[in-house]
Amino acid sequence: MNLKFQNKKISGILTIIPENELAFEDELDNFNFTKAQSMKLKMVMGYDRHRIFNADVCASDLIVKGMNYLFDQQKLKKEDIDALIVVTQSPDYLMPGTSTIIHGKLDLNQDIFCLDINQGCAGYIMGLYQAFMLLEQKSIQKVVLANVDILSHKVSIKDRNSYPLVGDAASITIVEKDTKHSEIFANIKFDGSGWDALLIPAGGFKLPSSPETSILVDDGAGNLRSKDHLVMKGDSVFSFVQAKVPPMIQDLLEYAAVDKDAVDYYMFHQPNKFMLKKVADKLGVPHEKMPHNTVENFGNSSGVTIPTTIAFNLGDRLLSQKYLMCLSGFGVGLTWGAMLIEIGNLDFCELIEY
Amino acid sequence: MEKIITILKSIRPEVDFTSSCNFITDGLLDSFDLISLVSELDSVFSISIDGMDIIQENFSSIDAIKNLLIKNGVTL
Repeated sequence: MNLKFQNKKISGILTIIPENELAFEDELDNFNFTKAQSMKLKMVMGYDRHRIFNADVCASDLIVKGMNYLFDQQKLKKEDIDALIVVTQSPDYLMPGTSTIIHGKLDLNQDIFCLDINQGCAGYIMGLYQAFMLLEQKSIQKVVLANVDILSHKVSIKDRNSYPLVGDAASITIVEKDTKHSEIFANIKFDGSGWDALLIPAGGFKLPSSPETSILVDDGAGNLRSKDHLVMKGDSVFSFVQAKVPPMIQDLLEYAAVDKDAVDYYMFHQPNKFMLKKVADKLGVPHEKMPHNTVENFGNSSGVTIPTTIAFNLGDRLLSQKYLMCLSGFGVGLTWGAMLIEIGNLDFCELIEY
Repeated sequence: MEKIITILKSIRPEVDFTSSCNFITDGLLDSFDLISLVSELDSVFSISIDGMDIIQENFSSIDAIKNLLIKNGVTL
């Protein structure tokens, strides 16, 4: 589905990353890689360092910390917020929604639209769509989009498919009305037939967590995980990304009548370095225009990788410069979406630690 | 041919690839090895194997790998 938005802009990006950094080389004993395999994968996939929150940290804690930082730094005023969108697959509770918990902890105005979205790798794109749609309302001038995932708590440390890559992070993006930025073009697609390609089998209403669901089982490839853990069909996800993402980007550029070389940066979700390089090659985009350094520095934090990649690679430059960016998220659902948007002259663009 | 075997040995030094008819079904290469192998082939032959071609059948034997390289314009 192609979408177009006008008179909207991103005015600030804050990413909150864990202070706690783990090194792949210190974790080798957890996985059944040979030494030669480990060294190759470090180079090829970007297995190096990843940031993990402590077990007692919740999604709401991170967003509250980030919002209070913005209030304290006078980069955001509490009374200016008209809507709060929280995109997460690691909510504090099954109910209530995490947005209302954040609303309560921050003592926000009652005249605010609070919304939770259950989305992962494409969650930043989905959150932006929702923010833009809310901004169509006369009474909504400024939306806070919070993306947060702490999936390390749901990945087995004995799962070499997922654990070396996983990272935790949160981000706060301010989205508001504006007349000076160009039109925003976007698209989004879903294929629910692949719903189990990325899955946490237990913990919901279908299969509540129990002592049985917490038993570690060998998957036949030497990975030990329980039904309470995330399971990823790596081969299927790789094929899905290679088949669906490049044509989606080409369709988006065609829809917007923009040449691929006119795009300054392709800020994509960061599943791993190898997958991104293959997507860049397929699109004929130079690797330096599609940064792939988030996994090796922070890990894959699901939908939060896009704002993390922007803040890490461009940071202060976005306070005075403006770039045409193609954003794309793809994964759980299966979902894949992209957006062509000018981002720049921001009020803030930074990473802080928790 | 020898170049391909050298690359395979660099990924799984402990494996004898010459005595296998199918590297995948014989369990000599797993999905992570395929990623390392593609990366190495890309680098050594200055190519970029299409992501859609990264399927087990294309890496099941020396001949299969050879055919994939030829498809990518490599002269062997």
